[in-house]
Amino acid sequence: MLEVRHLSVNYRGVEALNDISLSLRAGELVGLIGPNGAGKSTLIKALLGLVPVDSGQVLLQGMPLRRQRQRIAYVPQRSQIDWDYPITAWSVVMLSRTTHHGWFRRPDAKSRQIVSAALERVEMLPLRHRQIGELSGGQQQRIFLAKAIAQQADVFLLDEPFAGVDKKTEGIILQLFQELRSQGKTLLVCSHEWGQSLRHYDRLLLLNRRLVAHGEPDTVMTMENIQRAYGVSVQPVLNRPVESFFSC
Amino acid sequence: MLNWLLDPLGYEFMRHAIAVGIVVGILCPIIGSYLIVQRMALLGDVIAHAVLPGLAIANFLGIEILLGAFVSGIFSTFLIAWIRSQTRVKVDAAMALTFSVFFALGITLLTLLNSRLDLKEILFGDILSVTAVDVWRTAFIAVLLLILVKLFFKELLFYTFDRFGAEAVGLPVNTLYFGLMAAITLTIIVGMKTVGVVLVISLLIGPAITAFLLVKELHLMMLLGSLLGVISSTSGMYLSYYLNLPSGAAIALVVFTLFFLALLFSPYQGLLTRPGGSRRPSCRTRN
Repeated sequence: MLEVRHLSVNYRGVEALNDISLSLRAGELVGLIGPNGAGKSTLIKALLGLVPVDSGQVLLQGMPLRRQRQRIAYVPQRSQIDWDYPITAWSVVMLSRTTHHGWFRRPDAKSRQIVSAALERVEMLPLRHRQIGELSGGQQQRIFLAKAIAQQADVFLLDEPFAGVDKKTEGIILQLFQELRSQGKTLLVCSHEWGQSLRHYDRLLLLNRRLVAHGEPDTVMTMENIQRAYGVSVQPVLNRPVESFFSC
Repeated sequence: MLNWLLDPLGYEFMRHAIAVGIVVGILCPIIGSYLIVQRMALLGDVIAHAVLPGLAIANFLGIEILLGAFVSGIFSTFLIAWIRSQTRVKVDAAMALTFSVFFALGITLLTLLNSRLDLKEILFGDILSVTAVDVWRTAFIAVLLLILVKLFFKELLFYTFDRFGAEAVGLPVNTLYFGLMAAITLTIIVGMKTVGVVLVISLLIGPAITAFLLVKELHLMMLLGSLLGVISSTSGMYLSYYLNLPSGAAIALVVFTLFFLALLFSPYQGLLTRPGGSRRPSCRTRN
């Protein structure tokens, strides 16, 4: 459904991604993992058209993604957002409706209903009038998830959604992933979580500038693959948490 | 009291000055809010100084000096955007460099072209010279810009809050950026007349950050900022009339006084009123 063909990205003369080809199917939850500087965020930004691409194509159902950007929802890393911006939780989620309304139009009743339902889904409706800086890290992450839901996209790209969130938020996110998957959405999640949490994914993409391995978690997380991606020797990681080795 | 208020209005130049002050007081904080939320408050300063070469050249060629100022101001924003996109130089350094280069170029051109433009008037404004034509032109530009802000409010909100997110859903971010730069440049040019190049920044930034301390949403920041802008410019004019102060300086001092009051008494962030004493409130820190 989402198809990437021979994607290469150079950033200020440095090779960031080299000849990446992959395809993501509908109803699939895919984890994107790799060491620091492997180009995980760059890959997500390249898919979104946020960084210039040297070669390659990104297609959604056979059509260039550039022409159907509304169908792809993006949850940025929390560090990318200015949390002091004078905006409330409600207004952030309403931003997702901007292109649905078109120019010069104000939000309609349908959009308000969608935004309200999205906030309800992540259990943030009672806090909708808060300025976003007044929310905890987990609550902030849930607001951006609500924003992604309200966009009613087909593909979801999430950059480190589990970073610095509480248990409750983590539970809500995982449950939401299952729901979206059963609705036939495609999810690509950039993550530095290790150990058992990798089992939540249908497939993993192990990245280090190029695609080192991809497939089911058990087949990807072999010693050999990890050595190739990280350049270190470690025990197979699915059975034990080895966060100490990898600070992505 | 009434006489105290009405007395200055007996003079035509004061009527014009106060009228322009009100228009600029409404416009500047609305456009200035966009500078603040993008952490680019310094850009106001850059553009304010970057108009100088344009003023000098337009004056020399005998064309409308505001047009020259506009082109020159816009060009400085292009230069900053270009330096940012091509190098690792951060935006504050790019702005500082651009600002000094344009100002130097302006002063050089004024001298070389033997211009009769009064540098002091450009730098500090001169309310005595505000004519009825100036009032109408300022009002026309202000109304135009306010309509544009209203029309593109949700797109500009998205763009200034989350540039990448806006680009990801396909908003024309480059067009929005240069639209915003054009609006800021125009605002500075009309503000220059009342308070001058140096102090226009105070009306752009001051009332809007005062409002930022008091409200939680961008549109409220703009509305309250405008109210504070009008209060600042009119009371500054009266102070200037009665105490024989330079008008721009008087306005800038009122702007700061209002900011200081908000800093002390803001319900969320006031030094004296916020919960937990003198620390920054914990609700604004991240965990």
